[in-house]
Amino acid sequence: MNPIKKRMLINRIILILSSLSALIGISFLFWILSVLIMNGVDAINWNIFTFEGAPPGYEESGLKHALIGQLIIVGVATLIGVPLGILGGTYLSEYGQKSKMAYIIRDISDIMMSAPSIVIGSFVYAIIVIPMGHFSGWAGVIALTIIMIPIILRTTDDMLQLVPSTLREAAFALGAPKYKVITSVVYRGAKVGVLTGILLGIARVAGETAPLLFTSFNDNFLNTDLNEPMASLTVTMYNYATSPYDDWQSLGWAAAFILSMFILGLNIVGRLLIMKRKGR
Amino acid sequence: MATIVDITDEKALEVKNFEFTYNGAQEPSLKNITMPIAKRSITALIGPSGCGKTTLLRSFNRMHDLYAGNRYSGSIEFEGRNILDAKEDLIKLRTNIGMIFQKPTAFPMSIFDNVAYGLRLQGIKNRSELNDRVEKALQDAAIWKEVSSRLKNDANGLSGGQQQRLCIARAIAVEPEVLLFDEPTSALDPISTQGIEKLVIELKERVSIIIVTHNMQQAARVSDYTGFMYMGELIELGVTEELFVTPKERLTEEYITGKFG
Ligand SMILES: Nc1ncnc2c1ncn2[C@@H]1O[C@H](COP(=O)(O)OP(=O)(O)OP(=O)(O)O)[C@@H](O)[C@H]1O
Ligand SMILES: [Mg+2]
Repeated sequence: MNPIKKRMLINRIILILSSLSALIGISFLFWILSVLIMNGVDAINWNIFTFEGAPPGYEESGLKHALIGQLIIVGVATLIGVPLGILGGTYLSEYGQKSKMAYIIRDISDIMMSAPSIVIGSFVYAIIVIPMGHFSGWAGVIALTIIMIPIILRTTDDMLQLVPSTLREAAFALGAPKYKVITSVVYRGAKVGVLTGILLGIARVAGETAPLLFTSFNDNFLNTDLNEPMASLTVTMYNYATSPYDDWQSLGWAAAFILSMFILGLNIVGRLLIMKRKGR
Repeated sequence: MATIVDITDEKALEVKNFEFTYNGAQEPSLKNITMPIAKRSITALIGPSGCGKTTLLRSFNRMHDLYAGNRYSGSIEFEGRNILDAKEDLIKLRTNIGMIFQKPTAFPMSIFDNVAYGLRLQGIKNRSELNDRVEKALQDAAIWKEVSSRLKNDANGLSGGQQQRLCIARAIAVEPEVLLFDEPTSALDPISTQGIEKLVIELKERVSIIIVTHNMQQAARVSDYTGFMYMGELIELGVTEELFVTPKERLTEEYITGKFG
């Protein structure tokens, strides 16, 4: 066989093998998604958004409490985690740079990122829930914030470092003070990347169940007081899906569907932003 | 000893016994530099790679201070004071001594905002004053015609040569006394290079210019004075024609005749 034919044959074999494995991976993904969508869409109706939880068998039961609880917990965690993460990342990239301190912080946050979220849940349980004497929305918020900060911190750090140092120097050369260089040039240059990090960070914590089980716990009714236990979509889904009641299970599907669509949406927007950034 | 031409005209800058050592380096990168820079004229710095041209240029606007641990001694006089003094206001100094880099450094913002950047830093907020000064700077940098209809567009959409002229516009908008150019055309095509050279010559009516270049023809074309550097020292500073035609130092002659470098 001549070498060119041989190369083309190998090329074809590799192409077929890799396409096949991609197909297998994707088909599982679509299987999960389609089951989720079929059951989820069936389970979704207006009641879900207008009624709180109810004992099994009640017509008028919904997920309003879990939706609002989820929004509050994730929203407040975002409000705390994003500025802290961005400021920390700014310190690493612009002030700490190559110092020992900066490397230690980078290493610790890399470890934090891969720490099982249940560990963080138990940590917050020990330092917040036990001293307070009860579960609370705040405990959930703190757990999610702890998970979110290292993600945003490291993406911010990476994205700011991608901004060429000549751009910083050019701004300094025009007489800009350091904070101006950072806010008006470096942040602008890294805007899309940092935003993507924020979206992916939110998407990551929005799907967390384990750290909330020990912290914000659950409430079958609407509660907006962060000092009390608070419902979330993930914990509600976990409770309903593992219950023996058909109507609760159906609500569990609805919760899973809404949550997945939310996270999928965040991820898609994040990816689109990355593509836009590359396309420029 | 270096051969330094006597500059009788007014001087923009005067370097005296300047020595510079990078953070962590054993040897100084610049040794005992004494060099007058004539006002409203163009001084070119030439010399083989690594001889310290960029290092010297970045000393004039104290760019080295951005990184910890760099050491220097001697003095650089500008407007009657030593700008190496610890009390020197670096922000003010850098608005007086502007810099153009080797690669264009357009900020990730609109063309207008790029040019307005330094003006806004100086606290100019008035819209019509900003508009006027941005337009004037762009005209002086010979790029107004190309960008006047798209001032709101992202500056990164411009070509390399246009971006470099935009950077020049941005630097001259704040009306500096001195402009430092570090190989401003080495990333550009011949046509853009010609444009920048023409611009640099026009600018010397208003500003004193120091330009680092690897291209000896470029130094000969644009500059009034040329300094030849070698291994961290200024070997010779002369009137450009004289330095290229009748160099006084053997090293200068060997370099311009292409024996090394
Ligand atoms: N950041 C730095 N830290 C340590 N040493 C440096 C640094 N930058 C430059 N040097 C050293 O200082 C010397 C002068 O470098 P410089 O960049 O000024 O040379 P140059 O004349 O501009 O060269 P080129 O023509 O290649 O741009 C070189 O020996 C170089 O290795
Ligand atoms: Mg150089």
